[in-house]
Amino acid sequence: MPADASTKTQPPPKRIPILTEPMREKIRSLFPRYPSKRAVTLPALQLVHERLRCVPLQAMAEIAELLEITPAEVHDTMSFYGFFPQAPLGDVRVWVCRSLSCMLRGGDELLEHACHRLGVEHGETTPDGKLTVDYAECLGICDHAPAALADDGRVFGPLDEAKVDEMLDELKQGRRDDPPRV
Amino acid sequence: MPTFEPVLSRNFNVADGHSLKVYESRGGYQAARKALTTMSPDEVVGVVKDSELRGRGGAGFPCGLKWTFLPKDRTETLMCVNADESEPATFNNRYLMELDPHQLLEGILISCFATKAATAYLYIRYEYIRAYKILEEAIAEARAAGHLGKNIYGSGFDLDVWVHRGAGAYICGEETGLIESLEGKRGWPRIKPPFPAIEGAFRKPTVVNNVETLCCVPHIVERGADWFKSIGPPKSRGPKLYTVSGHVEKQVCVELPLGVTCRELIDEHAGGVWKGRKAKAAVPGGISMGLLSADELDTPLDFESLRGPGCLGLGTAAVTVIDDQTPIIDYLINTSRFFAHESCGQCTPCREGTAWMTKTIHRIKAGGGRSEDLDIMLHMANNLGIIPGTTICGLADGAAWPIKNAVTKFRDELEEYIRTNQNPAARPTPLQIDIAEGRVVNLEANRRLGIASPLPAAALRAPEPPKL
Repeated sequence: MPADASTKTQPPPKRIPILTEPMREKIRSLFPRYPSKRAVTLPALQLVHERLRCVPLQAMAEIAELLEITPAEVHDTMSFYGFFPQAPLGDVRVWVCRSLSCMLRGGDELLEHACHRLGVEHGETTPDGKLTVDYAECLGICDHAPAALADDGRVFGPLDEAKVDEMLDELKQGRRDDPPRV
Repeated sequence: MPTFEPVLSRNFNVADGHSLKVYESRGGYQAARKALTTMSPDEVVGVVKDSELRGRGGAGFPCGLKWTFLPKDRTETLMCVNADESEPATFNNRYLMELDPHQLLEGILISCFATKAATAYLYIRYEYIRAYKILEEAIAEARAAGHLGKNIYGSGFDLDVWVHRGAGAYICGEETGLIESLEGKRGWPRIKPPFPAIEGAFRKPTVVNNVETLCCVPHIVERGADWFKSIGPPKSRGPKLYTVSGHVEKQVCVELPLGVTCRELIDEHAGGVWKGRKAKAAVPGGISMGLLSADELDTPLDFESLRGPGCLGLGTAAVTVIDDQTPIIDYLINTSRFFAHESCGQCTPCREGTAWMTKTIHRIKAGGGRSEDLDIMLHMANNLGIIPGTTICGLADGAAWPIKNAVTKFRDELEEYIRTNQNPAARPTPLQIDIAEGRVVNLEANRRLGIASPLPAAALRAPEPPKL
C-alpha cells in the first residue's frame, strides 16, 4: 500500500470528552470546599457514576486532569471502594442486605430468590438493562430486616419471597428520583 | 431510677420534626445561641469535659478530653462528623439524621465553636440516600436562617458545613480511614501517632466525632453537665439510642439511659424474642463486639460492664438477638464473611487472617470440620488486631472477637457440629493427611489427586513413551 505522506502527519482523531462542560463546572464548583483539589475525587466519581451508571477509564483520566493529579491516583481511589462499575449498571441498582440482622431473618435466601427470579447472578444486570441485583453488607436499615435498598433511596422490608417479587416488579418500572439534569 | 426523659429522640415522633420551623418552635438552636453569645470556646469544652460524655461511635473515648488534645497554638481546625455508620445492626445515626437533622447541626455548630473549627465535613455513607437529601435541605435552611455561614448570631464565628458522601466502605468509619477517604485517597487507616487532633485531614488539626456524640452536646450546654451526669452509671453517663434487631418481635431504636440490661431491652422494648422462642445469644453492640450467651443477658449495656463477659465493649449499642433454633456456625459464617469482605487489605494479619478464618468456617459448615480447627481459630483470633499489636486499626479486633467469644462460649455446640456434620467430599484426602503428618509422599503416584502439577494435556503427550 502506498504510504501517503499527508495521512502520516495527520493528528489522531480527537476524542470526544466524556465529561460535559456542565459536569466540569459542577466539579470545579466543589473545589472551594476543600483545601486540596484531590479531595473532590470521590464527589467527581459519584457525579460521573450517576450520569453514566459507570465510571469508564477515560472519565477517570479527565477527572485527573481537572483535579491536577495523575489518572493512576484517581484509579487507585476508585478501585478501593468496589462501588464504581466499569460497565454500565441497570437503571436501578438494588442491594439486598446479607448482614447479621437480615441474614437471621432470611436475607441470604431472599437474595438467591431474587437472582433466581431474574435469571442473573448477584452483581449482574438483567438482559433488558433495567435492574442490577447485588448483595450488600449492612445497609443500616435493620429495623426493616430482611431489607433491600434501591439506589434511588427506596427502602424495602421486611421482605419475604412474595414481597421480593413485588419489589422487583416495582423496580422494573424505573427510578423514582429526579433524573440527573446535567 | 427516676423517670427518664428522652432528649435525643424527643423530635422523632413530631410531624415535620426535620424542618427548621418545627425544630426552632421546640426550643431549637437556643443552646447554640447561648454557647456562641455568652460562653467562650474553652468554657464549652469545660462543660462537655465535666459532663463525662464518651464518644458514641464505638471506642467510647471521652469527648471533651479529645477536644483538649488540639494544639493550643493552632491557626486552623477542621471538624469531621463521622456519619459513616456501617457497623452491622446499627441504625441509630440514621434515625438522628433523618428525623432530627437540625439537632445534629446544632451539635456541630456548638462543637465547632468550642474547637474553633471553621469548616465541618459531614462524611455520610453513600447508602444513606434519604438522610443525605434531608441533611442537604437542613443545611440550606440553617444557612438561610443564619445558623450557619458568616458571623453567626453576631458572635464573629464563621462555620461552613459540607456533606461528603462515602462509597460503600466499612473501613471509612475508622477515624483516620475517614480522613484519608475525605482527602480523596483510598480509605486506609493511618498509623497513630500523630493523632488527628495534631495532624488530621489535609495535615491540619482535626476533630472527628460521631453523630450521636454531637447530638448530645446541645443538651449538655442547655441543661448543664450535672444533668448529664445524673443519667446512667459511673463512667457511662448520659442517654443512649439503643437499636434492637434480629430475632425479636419489634425491631426498634429506643432511647434509654446507659446501663440498661440486654434482657430488659429485649423483653420490654423489643417485644421479646420472636415466635415465642428463647434467646440463645445476643450481640451486644454491633458484631465487632462479640457475643453474649443466654445466661449473660443481664449484663448492663454500658462502656465498662461488657468487659466482664469477655466482650470488646459497648460499641454502637446495637443489640442483635439470635434465637435458640439458629446454629452458632451460621453466626460465625456471617461475621467472618463480613470482615473478610471489609478488611481494607493494608495489614497482612488482617487481610490474610480474616480470609483464612472465613475459609475455615465455610469448610466446617460444608462438613469438612476437623477437631483441631477450633484451636487454630482461637490461636488466629488471639493474634489479630491492635490489642495483640499486629494491625494498624481495630477492624481486626472486631473480626477476632466474635470468633473468640463464640468458640469459648459455644464450644460444645461447635464440637458437636463438627462431629456430626461430616461430609466425605469435604474431608482431607489421604495425600493431604500424609503431608500434614510429615510422611514422605510419592507425588508421582498421587498425581490424580490434584496436589501435584496437573498432567499435560493428552494431545501434547507422545503417543508412545520413548524407548530407552
